[in-house]
Order: sequence, then C-alpha cells, then structure tokens
Amino acid sequence: MTPNPYLWLVPILPLAGAAINGFFGRRSSKKAVSTVALVFCGAAFVMALWLAAGFSSESAPYYFDLAHWIRSGNFQVDFSFYLDQLSLVMLLVVTGVGFLIHIYSVGYMWDDDGYYRFMAYLNLFMFFMLTLVLAKNYLVMFIGWEGVGLASYLLIGFWFTKDSAAAAGKKAFIVNRIGDFGFLIALFLMIKHFGSLDFTVVFAAVRSLPTETAGAGLLTAIGLLLMVGAAGKSAQIPLYVWLPDAMEGPTPVSALIHAATMVTAGVYMVARSSVIFDHAPMAMMVVAIIGTLTALFAATIGIAQTDIKKVLAYSTVSQLGYMFMACGVGAFSAGIFHLMTHAFFKGLLFLAAGSVIHGIGGEQDMRKMGGLRVYMPWTFATMGIATLAIAGIPPLAGFWSKDEILWKAFNASWVYWLIGVVTAFITSFYMFRLMYMTFGGEYRGAAGQDAHGHDDHGHGHGHGEPHESPWVMLGPLVVLAVLSVFGGWVAGYDHHFEHFLAPVFQGASGVAKEASPEAGKSTLEYLLMVVSVGVAGLGWFLAYLLYSRRPQLPARIAASLGGLYLAVANKYYIDELYAVLFVKPLIDGSTTILWHGVDQGVIDAAVNDSADAARHVSDEARHMQSGNLRSYAGWIAAGGAVVIAYMVWMGVR
Amino acid sequence: MVPLSYYLLLSGILFVCGVLGFLIKRNIITIFMSIELMLNGVNLSFVAFAAHWHALSGQVFVFFVMVVAAAEAAVGLAIIIAVYRTRETLNVDQVNLLKL
Repeated sequence: MTPNPYLWLVPILPLAGAAINGFFGRRSSKKAVSTVALVFCGAAFVMALWLAAGFSSESAPYYFDLAHWIRSGNFQVDFSFYLDQLSLVMLLVVTGVGFLIHIYSVGYMWDDDGYYRFMAYLNLFMFFMLTLVLAKNYLVMFIGWEGVGLASYLLIGFWFTKDSAAAAGKKAFIVNRIGDFGFLIALFLMIKHFGSLDFTVVFAAVRSLPTETAGAGLLTAIGLLLMVGAAGKSAQIPLYVWLPDAMEGPTPVSALIHAATMVTAGVYMVARSSVIFDHAPMAMMVVAIIGTLTALFAATIGIAQTDIKKVLAYSTVSQLGYMFMACGVGAFSAGIFHLMTHAFFKGLLFLAAGSVIHGIGGEQDMRKMGGLRVYMPWTFATMGIATLAIAGIPPLAGFWSKDEILWKAFNASWVYWLIGVVTAFITSFYMFRLMYMTFGGEYRGAAGQDAHGHDDHGHGHGHGEPHESPWVMLGPLVVLAVLSVFGGWVAGYDHHFEHFLAPVFQGASGVAKEASPEAGKSTLEYLLMVVSVGVAGLGWFLAYLLYSRRPQLPARIAASLGGLYLAVANKYYIDELYAVLFVKPLIDGSTTILWHGVDQGVIDAAVNDSADAARHVSDEARHMQSGNLRSYAGWIAAGGAVVIAYMVWMGVR
Repeated sequence: MVPLSYYLLLSGILFVCGVLGFLIKRNIITIFMSIELMLNGVNLSFVAFAAHWHALSGQVFVFFVMVVAAAEAAVGLAIIIAVYRTRETLNVDQVNLLKL
C-alpha cells in the first residue's frame, strides 16, 4: 500500500462548501452560493480525476491515516482513508455524477426560497458519501453510512412544510435505522472475533478461515447482518418501502441520492466485503435471492404507477436488485459495473423527469402529460437515450452491464437468469410506457390555472405552455446522455472493467472467477444476449402497442384484470401490510405500555408521588411549629427527658 | 454526712418543678420564678458535687450562675413592668402580638 497524503482532501472539500454555505449562505447572493457549492464539489471531482490518472489495475491501493480515533487496549480505529480500484470507480461516479447534478440543481432550485440550504445539504451529502467510499475501516464507513442517511433525511424533507414530505423523510430515516441495526451488530461481531474493523486486517483474518460450506457460522452471520444493512440503505425487500416515498424530495435529490449514489452504498458495501461473502455461500445465496426477488417485484409495481417519479423509483429498486443478484452469484465486478452505468442512465432519467416536471409547472402525473417531445426536444432526446440504455438496447451502457449480470447469473442458476430476463422485459415495458405517456400523443395537461400540481416547489412563474428547461439544466442531461451511450461500451468491451477491478476481488474466488472465461464470448453467451435484447424489444413493442397505437386498450386490460391490477397499482398493499403488522402495534404498544404505562405510570408517578408524600409529611410536621413558645419548651423538656432516660438506662446496663 | 444522691434527688425535684411550672403557668412572674427554681436546682447539684469531690470549681460556677441570674432578674423584671404598663396584663397567652 502506498501512502497518499492528499486522499483526505477529497471528502473535506465538499464539507468546506457545506459549512460555508450553511453558515453564510442565508446572507449571500444566490450567485455566491452557487459558486461555492460548484467550486468545492468540482474541486473534489478534479481531485478524483487526478487520483484516477495515476492509478491503473496494477496499482497498489493508496491509504492515508488522518488521525487516531479510538484506542482501547489492542483495539484501535483511526480516521483512515483508502483508495483501491473499487473505491476509485465509486469515487469517480459519486463526484462526477454528483457534480453534474449540482450544476443541474442551480437551474432547478433557483427559484426556491431555501436555495442556499439545498446547496449546503447537497455538499454535505457529498462529504458523507465520499467518506463512505474512501473509508479504510468499517467504522469510518459507518460514519459516512449514517451521514448519507442524515443528508437523505434532510433532503427528502426539504419542503418540510408539506406533511407528506416530512413523513417521507422520517420513514426513510426509520427504515434505514432498521438496516443500520444489522450493520452495527455485524461490526460488533467483527470486533469480537477479529479485534479490528480495518478492511485489510478483517479480510486477512477471514481468508485464514475455512469457507462455511457445510453449515452456517460466524461469517454467514456477519454476511447476513451486513446484508440487512445493505437492504436498508439500498432499498431491497423487505426494507425497500422508503425509497418510493423518498420521491417527495426535490428531483435533483432523487437523482443524486435515491438513484445514482447513496442507494448504491449497500451494493458497494457488499462488494467491499466480498471476501466475507465469498467464505459464506449461504449468505451469498440470500443476497442473490433477495436481489432477484426485489428486481422482479419492484418492476411489476412500476408497470401500474402513474407518477413519473414513482415509476423511476420502483425502477431504481428493481435495478438495485439486479446489482445484488450479481453480487449474490459472485459477479461483484458485474454488480459494480451495473452500479456505474445505472448511475449514468438513472441519474439522467431522473434529471430529465425533473426537467419535464419543471417545464410543465410541477405536475408529476403522467396522465396529464403527453406530446411533450414537441415542447422539450432536448429533454425528449436525452431521456430517450436513457430509456434505451436502461432497457438494455445495444450498444448503450445498460446493455453491457445488464447482459454481464444475466450471463453470470445464468452460470449460477438458470432460475436467476429467467427471473432476470422477465424483469428486463418488464423494465423495457414500463420505461417505454413512461416515454409514450410523457412525450407521445397530445398534451393532456390543462394550460394555465391547473399548472400547479402537488409538487408545489416554488416555481412561482406562471406556466401557460410547457417549455424547455434552461441550458444549465440541459447541459448535465447531455453529458449524462453521452455517458449512457458510451460508458458501458468503453468499460464493458473485452471485460476491461472486470480486469480493472480484478485486484480487489482476487480473494473472492467464487463463481465469478470460474464463470469468466478469458477466451472471449461463447455461443451460449451470444444466444442469451439475443434473448435479453429480444425481450427488451418485445417490451418496447408492447408499450408502443398499448400506449401509442391503442391508448384505450390499457384501461380495458386493467378492468379485465380487476383485483390483480388493483393490487399492483396499490403496490401490493405492502405499505398497508407494514402499517398493520409493525406500525400500528408499535404505536399502540408505545401508547399503552410506554406512554401510559412506563412514562405516566412509573416515571411521572415516581416524581409526582414523592412530591405528594413530601407535602403530606410536611403537612403533619408543620403542626409542631405552632409559634407557641410553651409547646416548644415542652418539646425541649420532653427531648431532654428522653436523653436523660437513655443515658440512665445505658448507665444501668 | 448526707449521701450525694439525696442532694441530687432534691436538685432533680427542684428542676422538674421549675420545668413544670414554666410549662403550665400563664402568669409571667410565676414563669420567671420557675426559671429561677431551675437555675437553683442546678446550683444545688453543682455545690453538692463540689463538696463531694472537694473541688472548688463547682462552687465558683454557682457564683457565676447567681450573678447571671441576678442580672437576668433585673432585666426580666424591667421587661415585665414595661409589658404590664402597655398591655395591662401578665398573662403570656395574651402577649402574642409577634405571633403570626
């Protein structure tokens, strides 16, 4: 490992930006706030590029110990940073996409009263995300992990005067706490058994242990607990419910935090812990199953959503499922590859959706859109590219990464592959449905008075006609569109990406190694590729048929499906189920036992009753102090008599 | 020779008489006299001990007590006269203006 004293500057720069904007932003002009936010975020990006320039697949990891933190006997944790090929990929994605979204936010949030606050939060998020990515041990990673949760909470509830936004923020925070609980227990297990949280130390210790093929043991437990944490942060079954609600936040937030970067932290963490998972096949299998099921489950919900951002949210959950599926079958580099391409095209999709919402005055319901390709050609073009990319049409980014995952999944089990392909079909269908509903046909929104929909984020200017967004917003769209086209091709061709990440996943000697034949692609792989592209095309065709040729058909199909459609449209009633199973018992239990029972019955009662008792005793005692001197003298005489009697009695004894 | 216990018993009786008189009586002069009785009861035990142990300090102490009692009598009687002139009563229960 090579020490690199500049490593810690990368996360610190956005923190400085957040501090400056947070403390002085209220009194500064919007231009000054934008400059500070963009300069510090951009500086982090430049730093990342500079670090990347001196880095190759053969490079030894950089590290830097900034300061001591915890010293307790043999156990020690430092503020240390670490950069290897895996962190580098994350670093570039986070700073690059993050910087683009910062630029976009300048346009999108310009008219908002909380502009400086928004920019400060965004920079704060960047700081925590970079800490997470650059951590050298699990505890520093956990700081970032919690910090991005905080930033996510602040930004989801950015329009906190709106009840639904405040509630969504709380929901995201609480559901994430459940995941963090698992993560923490995993850390405690590591401390107990390995005496350290440092990646290199822990992984070296794990490598010396035998693989737990026969039964579940320590490593399986750690792996499963880490997965609980990852499921919370990356919105997997059963903890995915917060992500769709998180769409209450401003759209750049959805793009940055809830699509491109933060939600992928779970995938990064699992990939980072690849050594642990590799020694615990059972935990791996659970990861794969959860990922696969989430991919399919969320995709089906996406079909019936009418809110443009909700569709994208479920799509994100589904794509994250793909990434976990990849990690679960041992194809960590494929998972990270998809993470990267997904950051490009999903960030783009969200930003384009934001551009649409911005252009028609805050409306998010796709049923009130339509025909927008005429009004906003740039948004249409870039979003179209992103849609092709996510659907897996070659040679765009999504094709390479998704195909890689499906191929690796097929090598593990054809069941994963089949569900993956079905999901790919559904993905293609709902994405093109979104495109046709938004951009195809005629404009269905009422001009003028109806323009302020339920996303009233302070775009005060009147909206007569839908209009194209300013260039400060379109610029990032175009850059991301370029990345969505070429990003996968450049990295995916001839397994460049996998070779680059190979040093990180060397220890992970699982399925990935066996399944990556150096001698190019086999016939079978080409066949599977044709199938997945075929189903993507089929999904496109079906969406075209239903939402462009025969717009009346979907309603009739929905009617004929009846209950099934209702269940899908209502997200399988999972939120309601959780409300009955967990939320209501928790609230009732808290009310009766904790509030009325413990708080009022024990704590308040202890205070009140002791006060009452003191008053009763004083009430009795105050009669002694009557002011009657003779009674005092009587008490003194009686006391004296008692003392004398005692002394006499003692003397007699 | 009278045994020491006789003196002490008498001293105790005198003291208890003083205490009871102090507690029971309403007349301020009587109360005053009861206090004198208590002092002299104690004086008696002092001199009894002094005689018994052949120590002069007990007798010296009695003189101190007598001096203080005399001074107290002078001041106390003056107060009693002053009270009587303003309130025209010697009943302590009626001299209660300072009571809440």
